[in-house]
Amino acid sequence: MIALNWFDIVFYVFALVLVASSLMVAFSRNLIYSAFALLGSLVSVAVLFVLLSADFLAVTQILIYMGGILVLILFAIMLTSTIREVRVSNRYIGESPAFLVTAFSFLLLAVISIRAPWLKAVVQPSGPTTREIGNSLLTTYILPFEIASVLLLIAVVGAVVLARKEVKDPGEQGGAADT
Amino acid sequence: MHVGLSHFLVLGAVLFAAGLYCVLTRRNAIGVLLGVELILNGANVNLAAFSHYSAGEIGGQIFALFAIVLAAAEAAVALAIVLAIYRTFHESIDMEDASLLKG
Repeated sequence: MIALNWFDIVFYVFALVLVASSLMVAFSRNLIYSAFALLGSLVSVAVLFVLLSADFLAVTQILIYMGGILVLILFAIMLTSTIREVRVSNRYIGESPAFLVTAFSFLLLAVISIRAPWLKAVVQPSGPTTREIGNSLLTTYILPFEIASVLLLIAVVGAVVLARKEVKDPGEQGGAADT
Repeated sequence: MHVGLSHFLVLGAVLFAAGLYCVLTRRNAIGVLLGVELILNGANVNLAAFSHYSAGEIGGQIFALFAIVLAAAEAAVALAIVLAIYRTFHESIDMEDASLLKG
């Protein structure tokens, strides 16, 4: 066995967790199992971000993906309550063609990743990235930052409009005021 | 084997493939959303890996940060649509039933 340092060991352990969780999200019949396997995937991706010295990104991933998006998905699953799927594959794309397409795309990406001569620089030990990200967001990347804030406003308004109940005619409702 | 850039890229490819399989085969609308989140995470892993192996460059991390923001906005709107479909189609979020626009 070649000498592995702690970086490699942590990487391989969480790569294994990541692959197992992703396969469970993809192949599980039970939607709740898939949602919690997605939790395992998101934790593994956060650990990979830490290994890639992206500490602010790792914490943001945990806060927003696990604390926001995954909780929202679990709410939606609980509200709609169709947990166990009877027919898993849809009528137009069966399971075998989908598996072939998926395997082909994965092999293509993996072969390209391994065989391409990437121009890698020497990895320098870097400190906390929060200050640099903060400076960049307000100087170099100010335009995407402002557009992202407008987009979040649009998304909030859109989600509220889409998810509310139909507004009945006020004359029929009597005194019940609802929006 | 010592871990390099290729290892992280292959992990990103695994996430993408798993998400693609979810999107292609799930009939439940929330199952499709799980696949989309996996694909976005695969792209984020790739971006952070390239940012790390390009000494001192944080553009990839900022790109990944914006991708997380967009994923959150898209998940909120997608789940609002799922709830609207659930109400409209009599308690079903089977994507085969939502075919009113089919020609």
